[in-house]
Amino acid sequence: MAYTEEELKKELEQQEYQYGFTTEIESETFPVGLNKDIVRKISEKKNEPKWMTDWRLSAFEAWEKMEEPEWPNVKYKKPQFQEISYYSAPKTKAKYDSLDEVDPELLKTFDKLGISIDEQKKLAGVAVDIVMDSVSVATTFKETLSKKGIIFCSISEAIQEHPDLVKKYLGTVVPKKDNFYAALNSAVFSDGSFCYIPKGVKCPMELSTYFRINQAGTGQFERTLVIADEGSYVSYLEGCTAPSRDENQLHAAVVELVALDNAEIKYSTVQNWYPGNKHGKGGVFNFVTKRGICHENSKISWTQVETGSAVTWKYPSCILKGNNSIGEFYSIAVTNNYQQADTGTKMIHLGKNTKSTIISKGISAGKSQNSYRGLVRISNNAENSRNFSQCDSLLMGNNCGAHTFPYIEAKNKTAQIEHEATTSKIGEDQIFYCNQRGIDTEKAIALIVNGFSKEVLNKLPMEFAVEAQKLLEISLEGSVG
Amino acid sequence: MSLKEKMVSSFLAFELDTNINSPVHDIRSESIKDFEKIGFPGKKNEYWKYTPINKVLNDKLTVFKKKRHLIEFEKVKDFFVNGIESYKIVFIDGAYDPLWSNTTHKGVDICILSAILENKKYEGLINKYYNTITDKNESFSLLNSSFSKEGAFVHIPKNMELDKPIEIIHINSGGESSLMLQPRSLIILEKNSKAQILESHYSLVGENNKSPYSYPGFIDPLTNTLTEIHVEENANLDYYKIQNDLETTSLIDNTYINQKRDSEVSCHTFSFGGNIVRNNLNFYQNGENINSIMKGITILGGNQHTDHHTLVHHANPNCESYQEYKGIYNDNSTGVFNGRVLVDKIAQKINAFQQNNNLLVGEKSSVNTKPQLEIFADDVKCSHGCTIGQLDDSALFYLKTRGISEKEAKGLLTYAFANNVLENVKMQALKTKIKKIIANKIGVNLGFEL
Repeated sequence: MAYTEEELKKELEQQEYQYGFTTEIESETFPVGLNKDIVRKISEKKNEPKWMTDWRLSAFEAWEKMEEPEWPNVKYKKPQFQEISYYSAPKTKAKYDSLDEVDPELLKTFDKLGISIDEQKKLAGVAVDIVMDSVSVATTFKETLSKKGIIFCSISEAIQEHPDLVKKYLGTVVPKKDNFYAALNSAVFSDGSFCYIPKGVKCPMELSTYFRINQAGTGQFERTLVIADEGSYVSYLEGCTAPSRDENQLHAAVVELVALDNAEIKYSTVQNWYPGNKHGKGGVFNFVTKRGICHENSKISWTQVETGSAVTWKYPSCILKGNNSIGEFYSIAVTNNYQQADTGTKMIHLGKNTKSTIISKGISAGKSQNSYRGLVRISNNAENSRNFSQCDSLLMGNNCGAHTFPYIEAKNKTAQIEHEATTSKIGEDQIFYCNQRGIDTEKAIALIVNGFSKEVLNKLPMEFAVEAQKLLEISLEGSVG
Repeated sequence: MSLKEKMVSSFLAFELDTNINSPVHDIRSESIKDFEKIGFPGKKNEYWKYTPINKVLNDKLTVFKKKRHLIEFEKVKDFFVNGIESYKIVFIDGAYDPLWSNTTHKGVDICILSAILENKKYEGLINKYYNTITDKNESFSLLNSSFSKEGAFVHIPKNMELDKPIEIIHINSGGESSLMLQPRSLIILEKNSKAQILESHYSLVGENNKSPYSYPGFIDPLTNTLTEIHVEENANLDYYKIQNDLETTSLIDNTYINQKRDSEVSCHTFSFGGNIVRNNLNFYQNGENINSIMKGITILGGNQHTDHHTLVHHANPNCESYQEYKGIYNDNSTGVFNGRVLVDKIAQKINAFQQNNNLLVGEKSSVNTKPQLEIFADDVKCSHGCTIGQLDDSALFYLKTRGISEKEAKGLLTYAFANNVLENVKMQALKTKIKKIIANKIGVNLGFEL
């Protein structure tokens, strides 16, 4: 019997967020609320030097004066900042020397998430730093990396052991007063990853961070700092999941990338935060500031697959400061049910002969709203700069929306900018063609969506691409146009 | 006193001078109240992000004109389209000038708004159409609704194809400092009618490209014009705007077009100058099978600035919209394009297209563009494209190898860049006039028949 749309819909409704479990781990959580004392306490907890505490406090002061931005094309109930706990850590020994010491409950969690630390260590050759409820719990492959001089650890560890590097680069790309959420993060970030690739070193493996929100009533505020010194190369992966809860959880991260002369950073994200249930209840608010700075001849490439979160508000950007630098942005944003996404990129061309490419694919289904918001700015001195942008949106069903807000500012007459955008739906003829060849409707949609997203999926590292492809299929199951 | 306060208090004096029994009196007093609430757009206003309108909102501006200027025909004859018969409505500094106008009431009304507002016979029309589609949250539209009392009125009855085009010409004589003009036009096309309308804005030019009566401290006029156009079922309007002002005069042009089913409106905007020119072109599609076409050429030099804001609201299924704007920016000139296409949930089978191409020629020229799509329906075909670039080097080289001088080759290529916007200009004489202006602006003799 033919597979009908109704059946598809039913199946979709039954399709649960498979990472929605919680883990029973004793954790230490700060009382709710935010004030100077809490900021001090976080800093104290982490045993931080005074300069770091002062840095946090000044960010907090700035944050107090700021207002939550309202310009994004999303609607949500604003988080009550005084009702969130700003620190939550699995209550175990402060640090692990080997995996054997890790709480078995924790290990189970990671097994469920599909990140078997052991296995990955052996087979995939991916070094993983795992951040649960804002605290880094395990970092693998540290030794192998340190032989090459690569530092890959949690940011709290870096503050202790490599204060010079942290002091030099922290807040240089995303200043602590950059925006409301960046300031909040600067004040209260509890952990995150730190990575330094020394001069001329090509990082032999993919570095990866896995973020997980576990505790209820907490916000996750992690901070990532990646520095690629002259002539180095690194590929960095980030994955995220959260348990299904009825209340909204806040995730406000800051990611800073520094690519010094001739360096290259490839940053890939597969974001799969809990998107809320099919009635739009619960889900993670994902308000993230990601930015990279490119020095001469360097390159930063952002690749993101956004399938989760109730509300996403994220613009991974590149400041092309050095001459001949290159910025790239490849994104797939999928929204279903009541999800809302306002995402895109900023390419700020400052140096001469700078190039940027933006490929953004938005797929909206259910009752979701998906917006692309991007900025391409060619400044006075950016001679011979080049930009190519392409934003395509795919609509499935007539209760969703797809929006495009590209800002293009050219101040140099040698600039060359091309921008194109299309909005369309999956054609009945396309599906018919597939049906004709014995491919059922659901598979046909998966096939078409896959083709639509191919340009971006191709940019992901192999292990991630497979995961991303699966995620796409799951997120869109049953949303026949 | 700030300009906003001045405007609000001016209204009291303005009211004394108008007929308070007029059907539009309530509209005026409500508009000024609303304006008082929102004031002029602030620096953080997203819709004015790239246009520094505060630069021209001088505290000395006034809506009261002191004297009347007479202009010799010699000076203005070039403002008309040569070689065609047309209806003409001419305004000098916002006041109707009967001398060069050619209006009619024979079967069709082509006349001035002030005459209509005071005439009982037209009360029905005014109630039905006047100020019904303007944006009640837009500062300049509110200001115009408060102070306007003069402008063009066009009413084409059912089933009539108008025999000649209509020319609406606004001339700034520059004879008076600090004028803020508020012209207002109302254009109604009844069922199955058809018309061609050309609206243009010019200033008299004296020495050094300044106003002929300019003196130190002279503040050039700011024109805040509003045009309401109602196009009924199956009507067809061909609408052209020429904005060829001085580098010192500024223009804010609000146009609201309401289309009913099966109608078609095409609007060409030719912006060739002005200190700050802002076009707000709004299309509302209230019916099925509607077509809206917007095209524009902008050629600027010096420190001029032009801003095109377009809005197409697709509220019904099976409609189309097409936008094509070309910009050529010399010297320090700046341009803005902000195109907004809104597709409602019920508006399926929409085909919307938007294109904005820009040539940056001047060392310090710049362009900000934002083609924006907001789509709530799934079965639609919407696309937009935008480019910023230079003339193709290889094409330039090719022409040079054929013995064409660089200047001329550049001119030819620039002309070709703008040309396809002109293709749909149906008024041949106007096409020739525009081509001449473009050739003149580019500064080359194209060497072929225009």
